[in-house]
Amino acid sequence: MNAIPIPAFLVVAGIIFGIGAFGFLVRRNVLVALMSIELMLNAINLTFVAFNRAYPHNHTGHVFAFFVIAIAAAEAAVGLALVLSFFRLRKTVRSDEGDLLKN
Amino acid sequence: MMDFWLERIYFGVCAAMAIAGAIGTVAFPNPIRGAMSLLFTIVAIAGMYLQLHAPFLAAIQLIVYAGAVVVLFLFVIMLIGPAATATRDARGLLARAIGGLAASAVSLQIILVLSRKVFARVPVAQGGFGSIESIGDLLFGEYLVPFEISSFLLMIAIVGAVAVARGKQPDPQLADEGETKAPKPTAEAHP
Repeated sequence: MNAIPIPAFLVVAGIIFGIGAFGFLVRRNVLVALMSIELMLNAINLTFVAFNRAYPHNHTGHVFAFFVIAIAAAEAAVGLALVLSFFRLRKTVRSDEGDLLKN
Repeated sequence: MMDFWLERIYFGVCAAMAIAGAIGTVAFPNPIRGAMSLLFTIVAIAGMYLQLHAPFLAAIQLIVYAGAVVVLFLFVIMLIGPAATATRDARGLLARAIGGLAASAVSLQIILVLSRKVFARVPVAQGGFGSIESIGDLLFGEYLVPFEISSFLLMIAIVGAVAVARGKQPDPQLADEGETKAPKPTAEAHP
């Protein structure tokens, strides 16, 4: 008795993942790139939970999504610390200004 | 019949919110608006978790993402100030266009694969499916070692974030070396 088929959730997750990937590759603002990574991680979590709903005899998808959330939090903390450090160095948040290793 | 339509409307609202928020996150030039759109998406995805019988993950999503990660983003954006809105220029336009096309192609393929009818039949969930008790049993039983290791990871991430964000501070030990000895307020002062 569930009105929503699983592919509907999967398609929403795919669209969010695509938007996140697009933003990560197209935007040059480091903060927006980090937020796009969070979008992609969220989309992946949604697919984990949706697939777990399709095979409800165990909870592996839920546990995986839990660990992904924990690691995404750690990644956001370290990434934002790097952004702050980068901003202190170059006074900007444009990712193409990070060219200290060039020539 | 009523439940059927309610569930569809709920899903439609959540999906529209999630996709609109994702587009806003990527498209707003001002990162504060982007962070607010990210919050929108996160809340909508928590709503979809509830529909997928995952109330524990919905709560974790709201606490960790909406409560911690988005607030951290806002803190950093406000620390950086007006420079957080990077000025736009035309550099790297070709590379960005290629990246955008590649991302669109890959995600179109992902969506096409995921929308097949293979998983259309939704099995009936057992009574305890997705409950906090069953997930807690798993986390503190079968997945105990990964759970503890993730706590190590978070600890290391905290230390690393503080070390990276702190930057280079002048070392007080080195700065004091050339000066005359000042009386140090230590435990020796107390008999």
